[in-house]
Amino acid sequence: MNSHWLRQALFGSTLAAACSAWLALMVLAALAGPALSPWDPQAINWDALENPPSSSHWLGTDMVGRDLLTRIMLGARVSLSVALIATAVSVIIGIPYGTLAGYLGGRADQLMMRIVDTLYALPFILIVILLVVVFGRSPLLLFAALGAVFWLDIARIVRGQTLRIRESDYIAAARIQGAGPVRILIRHLIPNVLGPAVVYATLTVPGVILAESFISFLGLGVQEPDTSWGVLIADGALNMESAPWALVFPALALAATVWSLNMLGDRLRDQLDVQAARV
Amino acid sequence: MTRYLSIRLLLTLITFWVIVTLVFFLLRLAPGGPFDGERRLPPEVEQNLRVAYNLDQPLPRQYLNYLSMLGHGDLGPSFKQKDFSVAELVISGLPVSLAVGVMALLIALTGGIALGTWAGLNTGTKTDLLIMGTANIGLAVPAIVVAPLLALVFAVWLGWLPAGGIGGPQYFLLPAAALSLPFVAAIARLTRGSVAETLQEPHITTAMAKGLPRRRIIRYHVLPIALLPVLSYIGPAAAALLTGSVVVEQIFELPGIGRYFVQAALNRDYTLVMGVVIVYAAFILLFNLLVDVCYARLDPRIRLRS
Repeated sequence: MNSHWLRQALFGSTLAAACSAWLALMVLAALAGPALSPWDPQAINWDALENPPSSSHWLGTDMVGRDLLTRIMLGARVSLSVALIATAVSVIIGIPYGTLAGYLGGRADQLMMRIVDTLYALPFILIVILLVVVFGRSPLLLFAALGAVFWLDIARIVRGQTLRIRESDYIAAARIQGAGPVRILIRHLIPNVLGPAVVYATLTVPGVILAESFISFLGLGVQEPDTSWGVLIADGALNMESAPWALVFPALALAATVWSLNMLGDRLRDQLDVQAARV
Repeated sequence: MTRYLSIRLLLTLITFWVIVTLVFFLLRLAPGGPFDGERRLPPEVEQNLRVAYNLDQPLPRQYLNYLSMLGHGDLGPSFKQKDFSVAELVISGLPVSLAVGVMALLIALTGGIALGTWAGLNTGTKTDLLIMGTANIGLAVPAIVVAPLLALVFAVWLGWLPAGGIGGPQYFLLPAAALSLPFVAAIARLTRGSVAETLQEPHITTAMAKGLPRRRIIRYHVLPIALLPVLSYIGPAAAALLTGSVVVEQIFELPGIGRYFVQAALNRDYTLVMGVVIVYAAFILLFNLLVDVCYARLDPRIRLRS
């Protein structure tokens, strides 16, 4: 895969470039923002309770006087890292599962995909909530639980890809040379499904961000004094009549990020389809 | 067809059993039990409670007990809400959760299909761009954002609808709308792509060449085929809408079963958590089964294969 189509997908139109820029800004804010801000994200300030946006607090303050912009940047750190790690988990489960199913084919494939279909129908958020409640609210567990939910899509896509390339000449050539199934899987199949898997993973990230916010909103995810976009939205919703900005700005950050990711994910997928059609 | 159905039914039952087993052991694995409150009970009392609720027996025994109880249609007593059985609690909350879920599903289907068809028939036009642009925004705004905003605008500022609680159908409108928004968007996207693709099929060209009226072509030749992907999306969507009601019930203070779930899980109220999961799972599985049956009836390839 050359990098031209990647550039095309990420910067090919004004809108796409804006989305990429927004995501870059969010990542930067998550990494460096809290350190750059003059405000301590945890310090309670009794003189600035529920201040509207102003020149000193650009996005206003929350109900205990903490600077909202700093809190949002801190929340970005948690929300984005949960999303990235959970997506990585889902890719790590989904790729081997999908390639194996596609490679084995026949009954084994049918059974493995039947399991995926069945899991699709589970009330998964409930099980994630249970996991979190049962094993304590460690963020690590949240990553794992969410990743364990989101691998299904990746597995499906990867299986489809594997079915397509399984009959290729180079796989046949490898087999004739005496490569065993494990070698074919690791050396030939997995590297070739990696591209599509990563593209679909970009479409997984927004799903995980939303799921995390859902769980944190219920008070089951990230705990004070740590924060995430879900926690900020929950706090904002509590006092939205007196301080609507505390709901609106975190919601905007979340929505714009999810929207940008969806947008770029769609473009990447379309480009990938074009590439596939060309081959 | 019968073979297809019986395999489907068997798989549904197995899935149900897997869910029950998974949740049962997950709960028992958890540290803490239903009887450790703020005040420690005297050991004798706690022991008696354990005996009364069969918690003194070995785990496999408890599991078999639970399964046999379930087989008799009994969900057991609630460990925390002393005077209620789980069945009573579920029956009191279920109509509320179902009303919200079904209303949201109806909004999602009608809204999504109408918008998606409209956009799909006009691909590349301004209308299409506008509808899909809005749909993409809808996908990015979860219920936890939409619900408080809707409550703020329609209940607090405009005062048109109640902000929470329970009463006539108007009490379900805001929760259902908040819940359905992302699904309207998802179904619109799905329908649009599918309609646009179906329009390219040769049989549509034939129908147009015969000079059939446009409405007729859309209704009898395009939509039945174009809506197949939507049909298969209803299963996961229904699951997400039902479980999504957990959040909406919290925000709008609706006494549905979703609200029990989180509280019961935190309290280690084993039987109540199991009861809620079982009811949700039963509905979702039943729904998926129905969708599969409809799909098999509509798509001859599935019908013929088995």
